[in-house]
Amino acid sequence: MSARVRSSSLALWRARLFSTPLDSAISLLVLAGLIWAFAPLVRWALINATWAGESRADCVPGGACWVFIKARFGQFMYGFYPATERWRPNLFLGLALAGIVPLFWLEGRTRLRLGLVVLLTLPVLGVWLLGGGLGLRAVETRDWGGLMLTLFIAVYAGLISVPLGILLALGRQSRLPLVRTLSVVFIEFWRGVPIIAVIFLASLLLPLIMPAGVGVDRLARAVIGLGLVIAAYMAEAVRGGLQALPKGQTEAAAALGLGYWQTTGLITLPQALRISLPAMTNEFIALIKNTTLVLVVSILDLLGIAQGSLADPAWVGMNMEAYLFSGTIYWLICFALSRWSRSLEAGGPGSH
Amino acid sequence: MLRRLYYDARVRDLFWQIVISVGLVALTIFFVRNASQNMVNAGIASGFDFLWRSSGIDVPFVLTSYTASDNIWALFWAGVANTLFVSFLAMILATIMGFLIGLARLSSHWLLSTAAGAYVEFVRNIPLLFFVLFWYFGVIAALPQPRDSLGFFSAIFLNNRGLTVPSPMDGSVFRWALLAILLAGAAQWLVVRWAAARKARTGQDAPVIAAGLMLCLVVPVVALVIAARATGWDMPQPGRFNLRGGFVIIPEFVALLAALVTYTAGFVAEIVRGGIAAVVKGQREAAASLGLRPGQILRFVVVPQALRVMIPPMTSQYLNVLKNSSFGAAIAYPDVVSLFMGSALNNTGQAIEIIAMTLAVYLFFGLIVSALMNWYNARIALVSR
Repeated sequence: MSARVRSSSLALWRARLFSTPLDSAISLLVLAGLIWAFAPLVRWALINATWAGESRADCVPGGACWVFIKARFGQFMYGFYPATERWRPNLFLGLALAGIVPLFWLEGRTRLRLGLVVLLTLPVLGVWLLGGGLGLRAVETRDWGGLMLTLFIAVYAGLISVPLGILLALGRQSRLPLVRTLSVVFIEFWRGVPIIAVIFLASLLLPLIMPAGVGVDRLARAVIGLGLVIAAYMAEAVRGGLQALPKGQTEAAAALGLGYWQTTGLITLPQALRISLPAMTNEFIALIKNTTLVLVVSILDLLGIAQGSLADPAWVGMNMEAYLFSGTIYWLICFALSRWSRSLEAGGPGSH
Repeated sequence: MLRRLYYDARVRDLFWQIVISVGLVALTIFFVRNASQNMVNAGIASGFDFLWRSSGIDVPFVLTSYTASDNIWALFWAGVANTLFVSFLAMILATIMGFLIGLARLSSHWLLSTAAGAYVEFVRNIPLLFFVLFWYFGVIAALPQPRDSLGFFSAIFLNNRGLTVPSPMDGSVFRWALLAILLAGAAQWLVVRWAAARKARTGQDAPVIAAGLMLCLVVPVVALVIAARATGWDMPQPGRFNLRGGFVIIPEFVALLAALVTYTAGFVAEIVRGGIAAVVKGQREAAASLGLRPGQILRFVVVPQALRVMIPPMTSQYLNVLKNSSFGAAIAYPDVVSLFMGSALNNTGQAIEIIAMTLAVYLFFGLIVSALMNWYNARIALVSR
């Protein structure tokens, strides 16, 4: 039995790789290319790598020095957040998960109520827990960093961009010419300019247009800048959902005597958001990837910490280790989200 | 009376639009007043006079005639030229690489399509800035020192200071070569039009492909060879510590181009795959049953229909490349963001004017890219009669 299974799987591989001379040639070529590219990488990253130790001296040349990641793990996760206060971001992450995860299982009104509570309390709670004040030791945003900061920027910019994006998408379809024009101009302007320029713009202009003496936190500027751009992209994602709705929906609502906001809030928006959720998730993935750009205004997110750690004289030449580690984290987060978005599209869990 | 006004849709529309305009105008006045107050406090005069001041900024990679003694207006254009140059090259190379990967993904060969799929999944889920930094600090920084440069045919040298290539002593011959190539291209276009007209009239095929090979391959090669022979070359010479002579393509450019191409190719590959997959199977089967050969099926049936699906998303990818070329600012590639929004802004402090001009560059060239792609899209769109 097992011999038959083996021979049939062998046959499968033969059919896959060597069914015709041309196929065999392609297989060998691709295999050779893969080995050429990955054998040195595997040898460096796994086989010759050093996993245990304290300092650079413990590492074997010619292999990856994962000791470096171990020694700086705290910084990669929290930046320069004081070590004694790191329970605060941890607690916040725990609270956020405890609030958000049940939303996937609950249904109907309870889900809506819990969702509203989470949406209204968690963002405020987060700023307080991370930033301090009111009994907690204050931690300046310039000490925030690492993966914590990446997630913070992504979530808070998302909190700006989703509601604003929905409003813009509705505005683009509005009956009022002024609202329509303003929405189109806003969306097309932000979509037409590079995000790096917007982050520069936010960090230079926001303090300039505020009354003298009113400061805007450096991190807040970056979050607002990112939030505005992504809102324009979100608006286009939501517009896709709005346009996919058959006209009969609004007509039926009108026939029932519902006004604009009732129709929007009860009929069109819930359906449109469900349709555009995969597209909105893709925009959120783009947002996570674009948080890295805060590097240009010297805010040290995960990639920024990795980049900054290369300058440490005690750990010279750790470029590849730092990039491989931080790149893997980005990849895991974005890949998981894109899988989720695809399962939504295919009608998997969470879709209607 | 008031009740009737309240329930009149037109009156309500007008009312809300007036409220919104008043709010916006008030907000704008608030911001502008704050800004002018803050600028007075900081001692910055607004206006565009600063453009005629001498810049004094050295640029390591210039395509225009800019030098540090020129004014800031010239610096602006040097940055714009660098932005357009790297974007244009990246668009072309990413299209080629993306097409190859997309076709590989559709291949019936299991290993090839899996490898291509893995590449796409890998690239799309990693930030572009990561690629830029990786190529710059990871790959190029790991290349040998100039004195141990990797040489190719003792003409091209690769080291951690960039790629050194021979540079022509007299560039004008290449202008003539370019003219010859453009003329050949125009001639080929005329041949294609004439052949199509003749085929519509008489049904006879004309040797379009032979003429195309002649005009689009042989003429350019001959023209370039003649031009290359006609001028002397400044060849890079390996010296004791550094290379002498030649033209140095700076590592920032190489890193940015490599990052843009490898990243965008992943997205182009998905578009190509989606476009070809969108052509229903029946089309191919119908073409085959009409007796078309596989090459003809691809050329006359699959590609024209796939292109229609692919052009709109390709347009947004090209716009992304244009915008993403600004990632060069993170490694100090002298594009318009890093030169103008970075260096010039630091020297002059004219934040509002400089930001407005920089954004205008992207909006303007973005419009041009969109217009070109829309024109192409309209040309290949389905013509219903």
